[in-house]
Amino acid sequence: MFDFWQAALTHPLARNALFAALLVSLCCGTVGTYVVVRRISYIAAGVSHCVLGGLGAACYLNVAWGWTWLKPVHGALAAALLSAIVIGWVSLRRREREDTAISAVWSVGMAAGILFLYATPGYSQDLMGYLFGNILLVTNQSLWLLAGLDAVVILIVWWFFHQFQAVCFDEEFARLRNLRVDAYYILLLTLTALTVVALSMVVGVVLVIALLTLPAAMAGRFARSLGQMMVFASLLCAACCLAGLTISYRPDLPVGPTIILVAGAGYLITAALPRRFFRRG
Amino acid sequence: MTTPAIELSAVGFGYDPRFPVLEAVDMRIERGAFVTIVGPNGGGKTTLFRLVLGLIRPTRGTVRVLDADPARARERIGYVPQHFACDPLFPVRVQDVVRMGCLGGARVSRQTARERAAEALDAVGLDGLGPRWFNSLSGGQRQRVLIARGLVTDPEILLLDEPTSNVDATAEDAIARVLEGLRGNMTILLVTHTAAVASRFLDTIYCVNRRVHAHPATDKLDEDLMRHITGFALAPGDISGGHAGV
Repeated sequence: MFDFWQAALTHPLARNALFAALLVSLCCGTVGTYVVVRRISYIAAGVSHCVLGGLGAACYLNVAWGWTWLKPVHGALAAALLSAIVIGWVSLRRREREDTAISAVWSVGMAAGILFLYATPGYSQDLMGYLFGNILLVTNQSLWLLAGLDAVVILIVWWFFHQFQAVCFDEEFARLRNLRVDAYYILLLTLTALTVVALSMVVGVVLVIALLTLPAAMAGRFARSLGQMMVFASLLCAACCLAGLTISYRPDLPVGPTIILVAGAGYLITAALPRRFFRRG
Repeated sequence: MTTPAIELSAVGFGYDPRFPVLEAVDMRIERGAFVTIVGPNGGGKTTLFRLVLGLIRPTRGTVRVLDADPARARERIGYVPQHFACDPLFPVRVQDVVRMGCLGGARVSRQTARERAAEALDAVGLDGLGPRWFNSLSGGQRQRVLIARGLVTDPEILLLDEPTSNVDATAEDAIARVLEGLRGNMTILLVTHTAAVASRFLDTIYCVNRRVHAHPATDKLDEDLMRHITGFALAPGDISGGHAGV
C-alpha cells in the first residue's frame, strides 16, 4: 500500500510526482473555488478540451517543421489562453449563445489536436498520455513550470481577492461600485486557463474538470469564507492526488483516473452527509 | 441656494421607443429628504433608480445627481437591491459582504475597511455578527446586511429598492426602525409595496406609473395612496395629478 511513499524517498520520478501533486493542488484549490462559486465549470471544461488542439499543434510543428524550441506545453498554454478569451468575449458580448460557443471551442480543439497528433510522426501513441495524463512522468522542468504557474495564480488572486469576491457574489453591485466587472471576468478565465494547463500535466485534458471542481465543491460545504474554501480545497486536492498515487502505484493502475475516482468518492460522501454535519453559523 | 440631490428634467426612457417605461418625468429631490416611491409592478420604479445610478441613459431629458452626471456621482450613492438572490452555498462572511461597499472608490486600507464595516453593522443593529456566515442569517438580517453594505461609505444618497419584500413582519419592523434612524442624515429614496412601511415614511411620496407625480402631503394612508402602494387596479400611465416638483 505504501510502496509509493517508499519510492518517493528513493526514486526521482516518484518524488517529482509527489511535488507535482502538491504544487498543482495550490492553484487547483484556489482557482477551483472561483470556478465553483461563479458556476463556470462548463467553460473550464471547454478550455481543458481545447488544450489538446494546442498540444497537438505544438507536437506537429516541433517534429514536422523542425521547431524544436516549441514544446507541447507552449501549445497547451496558447490554446488555453486563446479559448478562455474567446469564450469570455462571447459570454460578455452575448452575440452568440454561450453554450454553443463553448461546445464549438471544446470539440474543434479536440478534433484539431487529434488530427495534429495523427499527422505527427511518432506521436500518435502519446494521445492517451495527453488525454488522461501521467503524473509519474513529470520532469524537473515541468515542476519549475508548475511552481511558476502557482506563483502567478496566487499573486493575482491575493492582489485582487476582494474584487473577485465582489464580482462572484453580486455582479450588479460590483458594477455599481465602478469595478471593471468584464475585465475581472476575463482575468478569472485566464487564471482558469493557466490552472487547466497545470492540471492537464497530472490528470490529462479529459479529467481536468473533475479535479478542478470536486475538491472545491467538497470544501464549499464546510467553508464560511472564500479564503477558507481555497485552503480547504487545496488540502482536499492534495489529499486526493496523494491517495490516488498511493492506491495506483503498486497495481500499476493509471494514476489520473484513480485520482479522479478518489475525488468523486469524496464528493459523493460529502454530498450524502446531512446538512447539520456542515453547520457553519 | 444649494443644488438638489437629484434632479430629473423632462426625462423619458424606453427599452423600445414604441413602449416608453417612463415619460415626461420632472423631479427635484432636495438634499436630506426622505422620499417614498410607490406604484405598481412594471410602473418604472426600478428604471427610475437605474437612471439615477447612471446604469442607463435617458432617451429624453436630463438627469443630474449631486450636481453631476449620474455615473460620476455613483460612488456617493448607497444602493440596496430588490430581491437579492444569493447562491445559498456561497461562502462569505457578513463582514466581507459589507466591505464590498468600500470597493471601487478611494482606496482604503484593510483596517479602515474592517472598522467601517463594523460601524455600518452597528448602525443596522447587527453588531457582533461580522464573522458569521452570510447565508446562516435570516432573510431580514440579510437585508439589513445589504443596507449596511450600502451605508459603509457614508453615502450622500441611499436608494432602497423594496428592502422589505420577502421578509416577515418582525424583520419589516426592524428594517423600518433602521431607516427611521437614518432619516435626516442623508437623502433617502425608498421604493416599497408594503403599506406598514410606507405609513411610517410619509414625508414626501412619489407615485410612479410611467409618469411620476408627487402625492399631496398626508399624515396617514388614504385610499388613493393605498391603490398606488399596492398597484391594485391601476392601468399604465393612470396617475392622477400633474408632474412632481417638491
